[in-house]
Amino acid sequence: MIANNPRTLFEKIWDQHVVHEEPGKQTILYIDLHLIHEVTSPQAFEGLRLAGRALRRPDKTVGTQDHNVPTTDRSLPILDDVARQQIDTLRNNCKEFGVKLYDLDSPNQGIVHVIGPELGLTQPGMTIVCGDSHTSTHGAFGALAFGIGTSEVEHVMATQTLAQIKPQSYEIRINGSLGRGVTSKDLILYLIGQISTAGGTGHVIEYTGQAVRELSMEERMTVCNMSIEAGARAGMIAPDQTTFDYIRGREFGPADFAAAVERWKTLPSDPDATYDRVDIFEADDIAPQITWGTNPGQVTSINSTVPNPEDFADPTERQSAANALKYMDLSAGTPMTNVLIDRVFIGSCTNSRIEDLRVAADMVRGRTISDRVSAMVVPGSGIIKQQAEAEGLDRIFLDAGFEWREAGCSMCLGMNPDQLKPGERCASTSNRNFEGRQGRGSRTHLVSPEMAAAAAIAGHFVDVRDWD
Amino acid sequence: MQPFTQHTGRVATMDRSNVDTDQIIPKQFLKRIERTGFGEFLFYDWRYHPDGTLNSDFELNQPCFRDATILVARKNFGNGSSREHAVWALDDYGIRCVIAESFADIFYNNCSKNGLLPIVLPASHVQTIHERTASGEGYELGIDLQAQSVKDKQGLTATFEIDPFRKQCLLEGLDHISLTLAHADKISQFEKTNGHWLGD
Repeated sequence: MIANNPRTLFEKIWDQHVVHEEPGKQTILYIDLHLIHEVTSPQAFEGLRLAGRALRRPDKTVGTQDHNVPTTDRSLPILDDVARQQIDTLRNNCKEFGVKLYDLDSPNQGIVHVIGPELGLTQPGMTIVCGDSHTSTHGAFGALAFGIGTSEVEHVMATQTLAQIKPQSYEIRINGSLGRGVTSKDLILYLIGQISTAGGTGHVIEYTGQAVRELSMEERMTVCNMSIEAGARAGMIAPDQTTFDYIRGREFGPADFAAAVERWKTLPSDPDATYDRVDIFEADDIAPQITWGTNPGQVTSINSTVPNPEDFADPTERQSAANALKYMDLSAGTPMTNVLIDRVFIGSCTNSRIEDLRVAADMVRGRTISDRVSAMVVPGSGIIKQQAEAEGLDRIFLDAGFEWREAGCSMCLGMNPDQLKPGERCASTSNRNFEGRQGRGSRTHLVSPEMAAAAAIAGHFVDVRDWD
Repeated sequence: MQPFTQHTGRVATMDRSNVDTDQIIPKQFLKRIERTGFGEFLFYDWRYHPDGTLNSDFELNQPCFRDATILVARKNFGNGSSREHAVWALDDYGIRCVIAESFADIFYNNCSKNGLLPIVLPASHVQTIHERTASGEGYELGIDLQAQSVKDKQGLTATFEIDPFRKQCLLEGLDHISLTLAHADKISQFEKTNGHWLGD
């Protein structure tokens, strides 16, 4: 009996959702929640129409507009015809297929991975998918959540299931507590630096250990969010009292909350459960992190220097580092704190939640951003924007010289007009520093909200542990 | 889906690891609501200068790679975003097969939903292909999915792994949704039995 064997959190959720399996075939897995947005859904809806298929469970499908939306005045028309057509298409598709949509005029509109948890849609034990790689965010609640392509979006729409090969399990344990000035963003950037951007390929990571248990839900979401940057299929954290407290009272939380908590308490990995792979790290080893290259694994400590490509043993890594330094216009040996910046972006599904905005506001309160910097804050959702304004955070940012925008993915991927100019260097709280990610020729350094805020004031990167 | 059975074609090499989906199809082209016509935007920021002229330094712009249908890179090809547009762009450009030492999971999955074959080969074979492509124009590989083999005319014979279900779907060009809908009764049964857990 499989139920008697010790199982991991991942295995329990997997087993619970198996609809059908047979030798030589992929497992058909039930999907509890399908989140959709304007960029990866239009071709899937069109596929349903062409095949004359219905959307099986509109009640388990929720949409929002986030990737391609303007973050400026929403009462003005969208000038980009192609962008506007994509946004209109999601609106029309949701209407035609009966899907709940948090549209541009909804107070709940926001980044799909921010509003799912915020609305209480994201719950422990669920399977959650979305046509977006950062769906791994929802794993922070002890859900199995992963990104899918548009063909699979269509598959979920038509069947409310996915055919999957079971991934391997991977425990990453972090002993001890994170130090002062070291955030969950630094934790995940450090881990990616250690295991590489392909380190988690084919695996579902479960983050465990004291440092993880001590994180808030917002911080856990930041960690799980960037599991995909470690190459993992998904990232998860076992639900606990922190999780239950976050969900309690949210709009789409369970009707019988007490009963749900009892179920959720059965989810954490059994004490004797084994993982296919285990890595153990010490929180003491982690300093605030900053990327220097063009993938999230090219990362170092803020009190360190730009690495020398010659120090990389692997020839491909060496070439990759040399290419990255050329693209980033950085010289080996330069202290990271000497690197001057032009722009600051605080936002994205990684770091745009209320806690992120609070800590960033604390850094800039009563100060003014550097003359050489232009900076913007893009809240993750309309609700977060409202809450921040109720707390006066918008005033703190505006007084310091930041722009204060409407919710969306914005400059994380620069699909909308929020982009860097060629050669501009940005301290960004987002998740990817790929070439051209924030605009052609743009140079992105991934950091925590604290580090981004401090850099905005100083005009260069600073070690937030030295910030008074 | 277009089936993939056997294919012989010219090879283009990209001596790079971690080629991400932002490079394969930059974000400015994700606003389109169609599934076709992405080929002209493939690797756009690498393929073209900012003024729109061809970047002759970029691998795929080499005259010897113009007719390539097999793309060979290094490690962790297709990492990053889940955008299936990356696969649509490769397919529309004319690529039938990508060979690398490893792939990112979502990209690998997306390939096999579009009749484009992703092949993982050991580093030594990938190195051989890179060297042989560099040493003579018109280097070709022959790929046989049924046999799970990659061969050239100079004696290279490599075999690759692929999960049997994915292989069958690619060989026969099967529609994944129809295959799953054959189990529609089981899905309904699952929903009835697990309603309490699913919040129904």
